[in-house]
Amino acid sequence: MTTHTISTAPPPSRGRRREKLDWKGWAFVGPFMVVFALVFLTPLAYALYLSFFQEKLIGGTSFVGLDNYVRALTDPQFWESFGRVLLFLVVQVPIMLALALAAALALDSARLRGASFFRILIFLPYAVPAVVAVLMWGYIYGDQFGLTSNINDLLGVDAITPFAKEWMLVSIGNIVTWEFVGYNMLIFYSSLKTIPSEMYEAAALDGAGAWRTIFSIKVPSVRGALVIATIFSIIGSFQLFNEPNILRPLAPNVITTFYTPNMYAYNLSFAGQQFNYAATIAIIMGVITAVIAYVVQLRGSASEVR
Amino acid sequence: MALPLARSGRRDPLNPRKSTTLLIVMIVYALYTLIPLVWLLFSSTKTQAGLFSSFGLWFADDVAFIDNLVATFSYRDGIFLRWLGNTLLYVVVGAGGATLLATMAGYGLAKFRFPGRRAVFAIVLGAVAVPGTALAVPTFLLFSELGLTNTPWAVIIPSLISPFGLYLIWVFASESVPTELLEAARLDGAGELRTFFTVSIRLLAPGIVTVALFTVVATWNNYFLPLIMLSDPDWYPLTVGLNQWSAQAIGAGSQPIYNLVIMGSLLTIIPIVIAFLLLQRFWQSGLTAGSVKQ
Amino acid sequence: MKHLPPRARRRALAAFAAGAVAAITLAGCSAGDTAGGGAVGGDGSFDAVEAALEKGGEITYWSWTPSAEAQVAAFEKEYPNVTVNLVNAGTNNEEYTKLQNAIKAGSGAPDVVQIEYYAFPQFALTDAFVDLSQYGFADFEDDYTASTWNSVTDGDAVYGLPQDSGPMALFYNKAVFDAAGVAVPTTWDEYYEAAKAIHAANPNAYITNDTGDAGFATSMIWQAGGQPFQTDGTDVTIDLQDAGTKTWTENWNRLVSEGLVSPTSSWSDEWFRGLGDGSIATLVIGAWMPGNLMSGAPDGAGDWRVAPMPTYDGTPASAENGGGGQAVTTQSKNPALAAGFLWWLNNSEESISIFLESGGFPSTTAELSSEEFLSEAPEYFGGQKINEVLADAANNVVTGWSYLPYQVYANSIFGDTVGQAYQNRTDLNDGLTDWQDALVEYGNAQGFTVNK
Repeated sequence: MTTHTISTAPPPSRGRRREKLDWKGWAFVGPFMVVFALVFLTPLAYALYLSFFQEKLIGGTSFVGLDNYVRALTDPQFWESFGRVLLFLVVQVPIMLALALAAALALDSARLRGASFFRILIFLPYAVPAVVAVLMWGYIYGDQFGLTSNINDLLGVDAITPFAKEWMLVSIGNIVTWEFVGYNMLIFYSSLKTIPSEMYEAAALDGAGAWRTIFSIKVPSVRGALVIATIFSIIGSFQLFNEPNILRPLAPNVITTFYTPNMYAYNLSFAGQQFNYAATIAIIMGVITAVIAYVVQLRGSASEVR
Repeated sequence: MALPLARSGRRDPLNPRKSTTLLIVMIVYALYTLIPLVWLLFSSTKTQAGLFSSFGLWFADDVAFIDNLVATFSYRDGIFLRWLGNTLLYVVVGAGGATLLATMAGYGLAKFRFPGRRAVFAIVLGAVAVPGTALAVPTFLLFSELGLTNTPWAVIIPSLISPFGLYLIWVFASESVPTELLEAARLDGAGELRTFFTVSIRLLAPGIVTVALFTVVATWNNYFLPLIMLSDPDWYPLTVGLNQWSAQAIGAGSQPIYNLVIMGSLLTIIPIVIAFLLLQRFWQSGLTAGSVKQ
Repeated sequence: MKHLPPRARRRALAAFAAGAVAAITLAGCSAGDTAGGGAVGGDGSFDAVEAALEKGGEITYWSWTPSAEAQVAAFEKEYPNVTVNLVNAGTNNEEYTKLQNAIKAGSGAPDVVQIEYYAFPQFALTDAFVDLSQYGFADFEDDYTASTWNSVTDGDAVYGLPQDSGPMALFYNKAVFDAAGVAVPTTWDEYYEAAKAIHAANPNAYITNDTGDAGFATSMIWQAGGQPFQTDGTDVTIDLQDAGTKTWTENWNRLVSEGLVSPTSSWSDEWFRGLGDGSIATLVIGAWMPGNLMSGAPDGAGDWRVAPMPTYDGTPASAENGGGGQAVTTQSKNPALAAGFLWWLNNSEESISIFLESGGFPSTTAELSSEEFLSEAPEYFGGQKINEVLADAANNVVTGWSYLPYQVYANSIFGDTVGQAYQNRTDLNDGLTDWQDALVEYGNAQGFTVNK
């Protein structure tokens, strides 16, 4: 049913064919782009437009040029939140992807009893809505009656304090990791499944052991998946919102309204009615995220998808 | 096939010896995955008072599972059932539509050299990089102008875009839909759409199923934009509804219904599990997706 | 700088988008309506309202109160020509967000909306509410307590009708106090001593919880005689270090810094647990709390009692904490009818009794002084006639308080500023100063003249 290719797919058609194929592609891409234009591009354009204005409760709207951008770039709250998601990104994403890759390799290795059982177990947290996930972990983290307090009582000392200022980011990172390892694992796993068995046989004939097989065959083959998973994880980290926002009522002083840039934009919009400034923050974050994602993509893939 | 035993575990590479260490490691990880869900399971059997007075990872004195079940479905004239129906609508139309759009678009990107091709994915990725919460208000205002707020369309239309699905099908189509096949179809006089629906889709099946699974989960768990767009609880999806029940505990005249929130949460997870179990068969049949060959 | 007026701007964008999505069927959509005018249909008399109720029509009502359903049903029975769509659009902030969005978009707001007292100034200022004095609503002044009436009016303009009130009292767990051998405090100094005693007797028990709550802090400042927020048109003065505020911080600082208040957040499930099992021994909170205690902390039945709020010098004084009313929005297409519903909702015997049955605390002077109300003796409170204490509190509310015209926003950043003092157990005055700075900056940026 599917073709297994080891080398790149057949070279693209050239010559006369190229012109013949030219515009038909839009028939297929069209519907997607139309909805995309409505749902993303138009609001984005509007947000961009908003970022050059300032609307006041008293006095209406006026054009302010780049004032909002200057304000954002010198806003300590914005940079604090940015630093926080950057830290989060640098620590949580590698851990999560490493776990996902390890799990995928384990499931693919055929050395595991009950692999399909583990596969769905690991995927399960992804199926849980963030609202519910935070509810569950909120219980576990509860330091009055939760599991954490039980452990602390057992140890006789306040060993685990998930809601303390120093640990809050770790607690959130734990929830995010718990939620998304399964998703990323599935991406890597399906990528691993494309490796044809001939490669393994050839490696075995060459005398490669299990670990050698992993590092020389499996990992390089999922490189593309790794890159795209990293990019989407980076985007997700910079946009961290759901988990801290839902946790906020449990720790309203540790999780400030500007805990992450996305929360900052959200609270500016909805609590402060400062849509213009919120749009500015969003655009700046978008640009930074896009740049970093692009850099990762450049470094990560040796060859672009043609 | 068998090799001389130089090291343990190195026999037939396609059927190696099972590892116990690996099993133990995976069990530990599985426990980590399961503990919150186990808490949810136990909690769903408790009354509200029981929730407050018992240990989280075991039963309380009363087992009220059936009571909670009945109460969840009958609370406020069965609004939970309505929310369930709403969510099914959003998922079927939203995820179905998203899968269709992503499949067509990914196929188009992979198989046709058209002008603007390179820009498409870059633009999609770039737009997705902008934090969604700040786009929420412009989107709200836009949809309000179109008269779509507080209608199912406000939830469905934004969920039709799956950038990851687009990428997945793009790569998948490049790999597993040979251009020769398309050429042959063209020579036979078949139109592009016809070819797509009769020939290509079958080849893309495992990839489509993957995208379907991801979009089903995403639309099932869709929370933020529906929260902004909908003010009438009759149109809420389950996530927003549960949030409202949870918020009922707060403030003057509050009516905490933690036991219903928990049972509702449990019920919200189960359909996805079933969907996964049903769809995962497709992976057995030679899944090829997601990797960029060097 | 010439620019398109907001609505035309949005229309242009919409036209662009609509053109781009011509292929998509927009079933069931109708173009957004222009903002309904706050029709000036009244001449200062109630006649227009009565006529509208007779004629009938359809209106939408946003509320999260548990009694709303029963009230709407009773209303429709009395006025069969009127249909009321009851929508629970979320609790406080969620509903305010939706309301603000609808106002900004120019459509989607309900006819009648539930609003807490602290949010009234904000919406009134931005012309979101109809001035009901045109329908003769000024005549209802004497039906309500002074502080609640003050909260829904601004000069001669009447922006809504009060529904409930929340004069503060001291709710305490008698069992805990008896076990610790502590008498019920009448002054804040006694309260502090009680806090120490209770926590010493049982390290898991606290006299109360406080992780920083804007509503609580402002109410406490209110009771202490502070008037940190003064508004005159668009001139705003903020002084969160005035005498009254300092009186409160002096008292409360010692409780926070010595770890005498529980770090549990209010309205969390751990909070309800603590109320039920005695680890939170008192609540200094509004008079609407009994209903919440009964439904959320059933384990504490029989243990709780009500006493007057402790004061600084022994003379009775209280403040309002929470509570709200309803208003008619300017987007309403039938303001007279909406006003009629509002009148029935908060001023008719039948509606008020339904409200009381569901555990609400009234704002009407008639109910507050009625025999029946005052002689209620719930079992949860060991048969105490709690309403006598609470009605007394209503009479002792300190006068002269007002909220900011952007209080909703102010409360949202309380955690960022004052909350840090709670978190780090530092001086509350520093946190309040931070809060003040942020509020001054915001106010000036929004076009008000703050502290100038």
